[in-house]
Amino acid sequence: MNDSTRSPFFTRRNFLSRGAAAAAAPVFAEALVGAAPAQAQASSAIPPGPAIPMSLVVNGQKRNFAADIRTSLLDAVREKVRLTGSKKGCDHGQCGACTMHVDGKRVLSCLTLAISVGDKPVTTIEGLAKGDELHPMQQAFVDHDALQCGYCTPGQIMSAVACVNEGHAKSDSEIREYMSGNICRCAAYPNIVAAVNQAKSQMKRS
Amino acid sequence: MRPFSYQPASSPSDAVKATSMKPGASDKRGDGNTVFLAGGTTLIDLMKLDVSRPTGLVDVNTIADKALSEISFSKDGLRIGALAKMSAVADDATVKREYPMISQSLEKAASAQLRNMASMGGNLLQRTRCSYFRDVAWKQCNKREPGSGCAALDGQNRLHAILAVSDDCIASYPGDFGTAFVALDGSVEVEGPKGKRTIKSSELHLASGSSPSVETTLQPGEFITALVVPAGNWARRSAYLKIRDRESYEFAAASAAVALEMQSGKLGEVRVGLGGVAGKPWRSMEAEAVLRGQSFNEDLAQKAAEAAFADAKLHKHNAFKKELGQRTLVRALMDVAAMEA
Repeated sequence: MNDSTRSPFFTRRNFLSRGAAAAAAPVFAEALVGAAPAQAQASSAIPPGPAIPMSLVVNGQKRNFAADIRTSLLDAVREKVRLTGSKKGCDHGQCGACTMHVDGKRVLSCLTLAISVGDKPVTTIEGLAKGDELHPMQQAFVDHDALQCGYCTPGQIMSAVACVNEGHAKSDSEIREYMSGNICRCAAYPNIVAAVNQAKSQMKRS
Repeated sequence: MRPFSYQPASSPSDAVKATSMKPGASDKRGDGNTVFLAGGTTLIDLMKLDVSRPTGLVDVNTIADKALSEISFSKDGLRIGALAKMSAVADDATVKREYPMISQSLEKAASAQLRNMASMGGNLLQRTRCSYFRDVAWKQCNKREPGSGCAALDGQNRLHAILAVSDDCIASYPGDFGTAFVALDGSVEVEGPKGKRTIKSSELHLASGSSPSVETTLQPGEFITALVVPAGNWARRSAYLKIRDRESYEFAAASAAVALEMQSGKLGEVRVGLGGVAGKPWRSMEAEAVLRGQSFNEDLAQKAAEAAFADAKLHKHNAFKKELGQRTLVRALMDVAAMEA
């Protein structure tokens, strides 16, 4: 047994100073190992290097551009396709701000490589409205004031539309569970639940 | 993120040929190696953190073989293609009815977006959430750098493991499904450079404590093609109970996967998996031995829970996990015993 019940956690100060000390030390002694031996390959690999031609089908339009292989779907849509509605929050798949639909399913565009999407249709927040007519979920977010700063909102709305389409919006608790991958630091959660409830009946009719 | 080559695979054997990991390196950072890209939810994250450093990715999502994402049932049990998405398996009506533990373990894992992305094979191989493993500013991590030490031993170790650990590593296996899978004695079918073979779930993962840097018995280039769960009378009467710091979208502080074969209060076959507390997907043979063949009551459940954690190794911040783990298991056993199955 140990003294966990008595001992305090690290203070912020000593935790940060430990982190800084560790960061100042040589990070890795190990040298990177060389490239793996060549093997017979049935399909061919695109080597690392300068930007290569890619394309995405975003909101029904095919867009061609050149980008590094490492480019995430989020960065490609924001910086190459120039649709900046989708937001970068954590960039590690934890906050949901970058949520898009790929092939009709909600996914995290920050953890998706653009090159791996191929010709699968991508829908972003810009693809929801029909001209000047907002999607019922967008209108519901307006009606219920389901946001404060608005940064998470595009991801919230893309996730909410998918939540209803999946049939996971049957009760408040189910909405909360299936919307839990979208974090709102302004804590507009009650209003978001109300918006999803309003939109789900309208989405059925449309 | 470091540069890498990208190659879409056309078949499992094509994918196997394209990877060329060195022996023993398959579970390290992938330095100098080519690795499989499935859902990418762990791999891309760890590459952004510079924890994983592969020089090549082989995209297995481009394989057109539908069997790789199929969910099927037979008298022998459940078979899940390794590229099936977590969300598809969680929502499958037959899985919900015949293997409730599996459906629940998947529903309670990650977020809806992550479940739409992550493959079942990849989910099983999910890497630990140990913050010292995930942050390369920390020099000491025997998982990343064998022999460098373990910063978690004296660090913030509240969410670290208390079973299957050692002074070399106390990283916790974070998966929920993996816990249910080992409890149900599942196995994986793999295809590799030397052909096909089957690995039992109990023999797939190596414990953090005994083998920090090599996490599985998969050999270089081996690709999981299917996950198989045998049929059993206990599977229907099963549940996955997950206790966490918040209600949703969080890793387990403690969890229990319980399946019981039961007739008029008497237990037959019993399965117990424990999550959030161990250095690998953990099946508690100790708890099962206490329960099997006995008349069920709360005292027996308590005895089983005590047996399950008898060997727990506690650290500064995670000592609470022993009692939490025991209570979680007792509650799961009581809930499952009360099920109509």
